[in-house]
Amino acid sequence: MPLNNKTQFIEGSRAISLTVANIRPDVVSAYPITPQTHIVEDLAQMKAGGKADFEYLRAESEFAAASIVVGAAAAGSRVYSATSSQGLILMMEVLYNAAGLRLPLVMTVANRAVGAPINIWNDHSDAMAMRDAGWLMLFAENHQEAVDFHVIAYKLAESHNLPVAINVDGFVLTHSYENVIIPGRQEIKKYLPAYKPAPGTYLNPQKPITLGGFFTPEHYWLEKKKLDEDIKRAASDLSRAYRDWKKILPSPISIKPKFDNGLIEYCGPNKPKTILIAMGSVAGTIKETLKTEKDTGLLKIRSFRPFPAQDLRRIIKNCPRIAVLEKAISAGAYGPLYSELIGSLPGYRGISSNHIIGLGGRDVSVATIKKIINSTGKAGLKFW
Amino acid sequence: MIIIFILEAAETIYTVAILINMNQNKNKISSGHNACAGCGQLSAVQAVMRALNNDTILVNATGCLEVTTSAHPQSSWRLPWIHSLFENSASIASGIKAALNHNHKNTKVVIQAGDGGTYDIGIGLISGMWERNENIVYICYDTEAYSNTGIQASGSTPWGANTVTTPSGEKSIGSQQSKKDMLTIALAHGLKYVAQSTSAFPDDISNKVKKALVTIGPSYIQILSPCVPGWKIKTDETTKAARLAVKSGLYPLLEYTEGKLSNSSVNANFQADSVNEYLKIQGRFRHLKTEEIKQIQNLADKNIERYYL
Repeated sequence: MPLNNKTQFIEGSRAISLTVANIRPDVVSAYPITPQTHIVEDLAQMKAGGKADFEYLRAESEFAAASIVVGAAAAGSRVYSATSSQGLILMMEVLYNAAGLRLPLVMTVANRAVGAPINIWNDHSDAMAMRDAGWLMLFAENHQEAVDFHVIAYKLAESHNLPVAINVDGFVLTHSYENVIIPGRQEIKKYLPAYKPAPGTYLNPQKPITLGGFFTPEHYWLEKKKLDEDIKRAASDLSRAYRDWKKILPSPISIKPKFDNGLIEYCGPNKPKTILIAMGSVAGTIKETLKTEKDTGLLKIRSFRPFPAQDLRRIIKNCPRIAVLEKAISAGAYGPLYSELIGSLPGYRGISSNHIIGLGGRDVSVATIKKIINSTGKAGLKFW
Repeated sequence: MIIIFILEAAETIYTVAILINMNQNKNKISSGHNACAGCGQLSAVQAVMRALNNDTILVNATGCLEVTTSAHPQSSWRLPWIHSLFENSASIASGIKAALNHNHKNTKVVIQAGDGGTYDIGIGLISGMWERNENIVYICYDTEAYSNTGIQASGSTPWGANTVTTPSGEKSIGSQQSKKDMLTIALAHGLKYVAQSTSAFPDDISNKVKKALVTIGPSYIQILSPCVPGWKIKTDETTKAARLAVKSGLYPLLEYTEGKLSNSSVNANFQADSVNEYLKIQGRFRHLKTEEIKQIQNLADKNIERYYL
C-alpha cells in the first residue's frame, strides 16, 4: 500500500502503523498483547521489508519494552511503543519514571479490560490506571482521530518533554475498517521536523548530564509541581497543535461540532436539556443516537490529561442535566471521569449522573444510549 | 627486620601509587560521594572508571551507588549517567544502544548495578538484554545483600549469613539458601566474556573491564564489594575481606572467554587460607559454630576443585 495521503479503507491498526512509520521514529520496542498486536506486527513487517529504518527491538515483557524506549529517548531518539491492558499495568512503574524524567515517549494504548476476570475486550480500565502517571492522555473517537493524534502527540511530546498516550478502543477501532486519510512523510515533516534535542538535555558524551538523580524532600516536590504545571500549560499548545494539523490535513466529518478546541468537542443544541459526556469510540454511537434526540448534546473529551476543566465548565454550567458515560469504574467510588468532572464543577446545581458502560466489551448500542438519556432525571451511579 | 622495613616501604609506595592513580579519575567520577567510609563498592567503582574512556554512557540501577553519587542538584558523575529504576537498567541500556546504533555511534554502554538488581529483581530483563546480543558491559557490585535498604538477604546472600531478613537465632543459622550462581547463568546465555573479581584487586578489575569493552556482544563482570554495615566489618577491613574471599577460594578471581575458563586465581600458585580467616572478621558470620564453618569450608574446597586452572 503506498504511503500517501489519499483516503484509504483500512483497519485502525494499519492506519496507526502507517502513520507511525511516516512519523519516522528512531527506535520502536513492544511486546505482544491483544488487541495491540496488529500495530506492532505491521511495523516489524515494514522494517523487515526495508520500508522503514527504525531500530525494532524485541522486548521480553512490556516492562522491558517501556524501559527500552525510555533508554532510547534519554539518548535523544524519537521513540514509539504500543500496548494494552495487563501490559500497560505491567509498565506502570516505567510510565511514572518516563514522565518524571521528562522523556517524550509516544505510545498507543489499545484500550482493553483488566483482569481478573481475564477479558480481552474493550473498556478504559487500563487507561484509568495510568491517569496519575504524568502522561498526556488523548482518546480517539475514530480512525482519523487516532491518526491525527499520533502526529500531534509527537509535536507535543517533543516540544514539552512530556510523554503522550494515544488511547484507541481495542477491537472497536484497532480491528475495524474505516475510510481514513494517512498523512505522507512530507506533510508530517512540514509539521513535525526531525527530533533534535539540544546538547546537554540528553545522554551524550560530548556534553555529559546526570539523569534520574536522587531528590530529597526540598527538591522533589518542586519537580512534581513543575510536572503538573507543564502538563496544564500543554493544554493551549494542544489546541494550537490540533488546529494547525487540521489545516495541513483536513478530513471530512459527518457532524460539524458547535465547539471544538482540540481538547473537547461539543455537538448538539445551543441550550441542551441534557449533556452526555464521554470519551473514545462511544462518542460515535452517541452522535448517531442524538440524530433523534434533539434536546441532548454530546461533550466529547479528547484530552483527559491535561484535563480541560475550564472548557468543560463553560459548556456544562447552565445545563440542567449532565450524564457521564464511561468505560471504567473506580470500585468503591465512581467512574474516574465522573469524579474528575464533578471536582471541576463547584456549585453545579443540576442533576449529575454516572453511567458505567461497556465494561469488558459489553455492547453499547443506540438503544442503550437512549435508555441512559431517559434515566438522567435521577442522580447517581448506574451500570449498563 | 630490614626485610619487614622494605616490605612496609614497598606497601607505602604502592599505596601512594594507587592514590595518584585514583586522582586520574577526574573525568569519570569525582570525589565527594557520600558512601560509607571504607565502602568496598566505591573502591571497585574507582577501578572500573579507570578502565573507561570519555566516550561512554553509564546506566545505574537503584542502589547505594545511585543514592551516594547523584543527590540533586549535585552529581559525582562526569560521564553521561542515567538512573531509571531498580530492575530495568538492562533494558535502559538496550534502548541507549539502539539510539547509538541508529546514529552509527560506537559509544560504550556500561551498566552498574548491585546484586539485588542483578540476581533478583532485574534478572528477567538482564536475560532479555543478553538475548539481544548488544555490546553492553554489565557490572554487578556484589555486596551479597540489599545494602541500600538496610541489609536484607538477596539471591546472592551466602548460606549462613546473618541479615535483617535472615536473622540468626535459636532456630536459624541465618540465610538458609545458597548463593545463586550468576556466572553460570551468564555463560548459559552464550556471553563471550564473563569475569569475577573483588574490590581488593583494582588492577584486575580494570583489566577485566578493558577486555569486556572490546568484546563483541554482551559481557558480565561480577565484583565482590564488601559492605561495612552489611558485613559488620571495620571500615579499614573491606580490602582485607575482599582479599581473604579470594584467598579462601570462596570468591576466586575468574575469567571466562568464549565460554571457557581462561583465567583463575585458583592455579598452581594458589595456597588456600582457611575460610575461617575470612569469616572471623565479619559480624554477619559471627554466630556460626564449628560444624557450620566446616560446611562453608566444603563450599570453598569445591570451588577450588571447580575453578582450578
